[in-house]
Amino acid sequence: MPPTPKAAISVAGLVVDRGGNPVLRGVDTEIAAGSVTGLLGPSGSGKTTFIRAVVGTQKVKGGTVNVLGHPAGSKPLRRRVAYVTQDASIYRDLSVKANVAYFAALYGRDKHEAMRAIERVGMGDHANKLAGNLSGGQKTRTSLACALVIEPEVLVLDEPTVGLDPVIREELWDQFRDLAAGGATLLVSSHVMDEADRCDRLLLLREGRFIADDTPAQLRASTRAANLEAAFLHLIRELEGGE
Amino acid sequence: MSVRITFITAGRILRQLLGDHRTVGLILAVPALIIALISAIMDDAPQVFAQVGLILLAAFPFMLMFMITSITLLRERTGGTLERLMTTPTGKLDLVVGYGIAFGTAAAAQTAVAATVAFAFLGLETAGPTWAVFLICIVTALLGMALGLFVSAFATTEFQAIQFMPVFVIPQLFLCGLIWPADQMAGWLQGVSDALPLTYAVKALTEVRTNAEVTDAMWGDLAIVFGAVVVATVLGAATLRRRTN
Repeated sequence: MPPTPKAAISVAGLVVDRGGNPVLRGVDTEIAAGSVTGLLGPSGSGKTTFIRAVVGTQKVKGGTVNVLGHPAGSKPLRRRVAYVTQDASIYRDLSVKANVAYFAALYGRDKHEAMRAIERVGMGDHANKLAGNLSGGQKTRTSLACALVIEPEVLVLDEPTVGLDPVIREELWDQFRDLAAGGATLLVSSHVMDEADRCDRLLLLREGRFIADDTPAQLRASTRAANLEAAFLHLIRELEGGE
Repeated sequence: MSVRITFITAGRILRQLLGDHRTVGLILAVPALIIALISAIMDDAPQVFAQVGLILLAAFPFMLMFMITSITLLRERTGGTLERLMTTPTGKLDLVVGYGIAFGTAAAAQTAVAATVAFAFLGLETAGPTWAVFLICIVTALLGMALGLFVSAFATTEFQAIQFMPVFVIPQLFLCGLIWPADQMAGWLQGVSDALPLTYAVKALTEVRTNAEVTDAMWGDLAIVFGAVVVATVLGAATLRRRTN
C-alpha cells in the first residue's frame, strides 16, 4: 500500500437534514483512490443519504464533499462517477440490452461495450429480456451493468448485493476488487457484515455519525473481537455505555 | 445542452413507447375512431362537423400528450431513473427536449392517421392547406406535452397525475371554442378563454378553415401557442432538480 494514498473522496463536516430531522450530524472522512470502502450501518442510519451526498443528488445543510478534487455532483464529475441506486434504476419497459446500451450511449460508448458489461455481471443469457420481467437480483445486476459500462473512476453502490445469491455476490465482490486494483475508487454500502472483510476500509454509520473509520484488521485488533460483527457490537455498546 | 444526448434520449423514449404495442395501437386508432363517431353523430350538420371535427384533430394529441408525458415523467421521478440521469452528462434540457422530440413524433403519427381518415373518408374540409392543419396539430400536441411535463412535478403518484387532467386540460377544452364559440361566452369567460393557450390553437385552425391562403393571423396565433410551449417547457425543466431531499 502506498504511504499516503491520495483521497478520491473527501468529506468534511457534512450535515444533512431531511424533513427537519438531522440525518447526518457532521461527518468527516477521506476515501483513498483505488480502494474499496465499505459503508456499514443499520437501516435508517443515513447510509443512502451519505451516498447521495457523494454523488451530488442530496441537498446538504452544511459541510463539503469533494470527489476527485471537484465539488460532488459538479459537471466534470458526471463523466467520471457512476452511481448504482438501492432500487435498480432501470427502465422496466426496455430490455436489459436496451437499458445498458442507453446509458452507454450517454457516454459515447457503443453496443459492444454494453454487451461486455452485461456479460460481466452474468446477464448475458438474459440480455433480450424485458427488465420489468427480471428477478430482483437480475434487476440489480442490470443496474450495475449500466454503471460498469462507463468504466467510472469512482463507483458508488448502495446495497448492491441485497437479495443476490452467494455465488453471484462472491463474483461481484471479486469484480469490485478488480476495479479497485485497476485504480477505481469504490464506496459500497451494505448491512451484511461478512462483506465488510472484503473492504480496505470500513465506515460504520450510526445515528448520523461515523463510530468507526478504520481497516477491518485494525477494527478487530482495537476491539479485541474475533470478527467484525462482534467488533461493531463492541463499539456500539461502548458508545451507549458512555452516554 | 447536447444535441447528441437529446437524440439518444428521444430514441430511448420512443423505444419504450414502441415496445408497448397496445399503447401504440390506442394512440394511432382512437382519435380517428372518435372523430368518425362525431362525424356520424353530426351527419345532418356537416358545417358543425367542419368546426368540431377540425378542433378535435388538434384536441386529441393535446390531451394524449399531456397524459403520457405526465405519467412517463412521473415514472422517471419515482422510479429513480431521473436521479440516476442527473448524475450522468444528461442536461435537463436534453431530457425535456428529448421528450419533446419523441412524443412530438408520436403526435405526428397520430395526427397523420386521424387527419387522413377525417379528410379522405369523413368529408372534413378546410379552405386552407392541409399542411397548416398538420402543423397546428403538432404544435398543440407539444403544448400538451409541455404542460404534462410541468404538472408531473406536482404529482407524487400516477393516480394524482391523472387527476390533473380535469384541472389543466378539460377547462381549456371547454373554453377554447370546442363546445361553444368563445365570442358567445360571458365577458369574463372570454377573458379566461383568451388567457388559455389552447384557444389560440383553435383560432389558428379557424383561420385555416375559412381562408384559402395562410394568413398572418394564423401565424400569430400559432406563435402564441408555440410561445406557451417554450414557457411550459422551461418551467417543466426547472422542476427537474439535480439535488433533492
